[in-house]
Amino acid sequence: MKPRHRRIALITAGVAGLALAAGLVLRALNENLAFFYTPTQVAANEAPQNRAFRVGGMVETGSVKRQPDGVTVHFVVTDTAKRLNVAYKGVLPDLFREGKGVVTQGRLENGLFVASEVLAKHDENYMPPEAAEAMKKAQATNQKAVNTVVNPK
Amino acid sequence: MNWGSVSEFLAMGGKGLYVWGSYGVAFAVIALEIGLLVMRRHAAGKDQ
Amino acid sequence: MSSASPQAAVPVFNWFKYASPQTFFPLAGALAPWFAAIAAVLCVAGLYIGFFVAPTDAQQGESYRIIFIHVPAAWMSMLIYLAMAFWAGVGLAFNTRLSGMMATALAPTGAWFTFIALWTGALWGKPTWGTWWVWDARLTSELLLLFLYFGFMALQAAIDDPRRADKAGAVLALVGVINIPIIYFSVQWWNTLHQGSSVSLKSAPTMAMTMLTGMLVMVFAAWAYAIAAALWRVRCIILERERRSDWVRAYLGTAR
Repeated sequence: MKPRHRRIALITAGVAGLALAAGLVLRALNENLAFFYTPTQVAANEAPQNRAFRVGGMVETGSVKRQPDGVTVHFVVTDTAKRLNVAYKGVLPDLFREGKGVVTQGRLENGLFVASEVLAKHDENYMPPEAAEAMKKAQATNQKAVNTVVNPK
Repeated sequence: MNWGSVSEFLAMGGKGLYVWGSYGVAFAVIALEIGLLVMRRHAAGKDQ
Repeated sequence: MSSASPQAAVPVFNWFKYASPQTFFPLAGALAPWFAAIAAVLCVAGLYIGFFVAPTDAQQGESYRIIFIHVPAAWMSMLIYLAMAFWAGVGLAFNTRLSGMMATALAPTGAWFTFIALWTGALWGKPTWGTWWVWDARLTSELLLLFLYFGFMALQAAIDDPRRADKAGAVLALVGVINIPIIYFSVQWWNTLHQGSSVSLKSAPTMAMTMLTGMLVMVFAAWAYAIAAALWRVRCIILERERRSDWVRAYLGTAR
């Protein structure tokens, strides 16, 4: 083995070893690296009990209700499997919409998630408004078709 | 064409500060890098 | 080992000829202006498409236009790191002088692009997410990338002997490579506030055509700029490091 080849082998082994170590550490850290918990995880008591944490999911369509005091907003965060009631007092980000992604920080109080911060999580789709409108229409038509097939009444 | 007027273009639908703040700083950084390169080349000697 | 080897008997293009700083110096000088010109032309074209052809985004309105600088900068920040680590590794393995210089020349440009990605990301996050910064996996690993660049440059600056500086830097650069897949896949591996990739090898892009075109033109502009900047910087480094060699003295007119 030439010295040059030995050096390459050593470096390769070193990088591979480091990559493996880092991979293992990351696996161990995986749970702590999650930026937010899903409503399903909250329902399964996987979220921290006595400290603030974040919940991420979709704002359920039709669930956003402004309270009579004018500043508090109630809405439901869902991951389509479980739902979580959220209360928030403050200014919502521009992209906070029903049916869109949201990440909110706060703590659980008797099953109600009292949020101190609400962030919008937008998706990776970029399109002009006309295209979005057309897609919405197409989806609604599809849904109608599905409904007639599932419930042929 | 997206914009009816220059002011509309500059306003960026109310997000002008964010959009122009991004591009302004990005191009300032690139200009700075080029400036530093020119100075470094000058210091290294014989700059055609 | 680093000095010019005798001409190979096989009549093929000799790549190793350009592995010597002396022969690479004029080549870099000849190529750099072309890449700079390409970068300028593509940048103007990309910005024109981005601001005047690409439509408003249905979700985000006009603030999405930051994408035309943010995504190219973020991609370059990772790509330049890979190129830097590659040259550093080649230098470590083959003990070639020029590879180490290439790695050193790429680092500042990579750091600038990382800074631009973070800065434009913050200015994009505020109007869309509602916050300048969050400690999610994507943003945190990109910040770590900036520190890796800083660490690489600081370590090299701290060691006087350039060859030893190259070696130490190379080890750091190679260890840090692990961060690149972490940045890239963070949005898939973990729950992040940052959205997933709009452009990937596996599926069709989730962007309107003109938006995608503008972004890709800007990506190529960033490529060309980074190459030009690195070539210019490597010329400075060659002159600085080899200033006592005969050819540099002759070139600078400082021969005895």
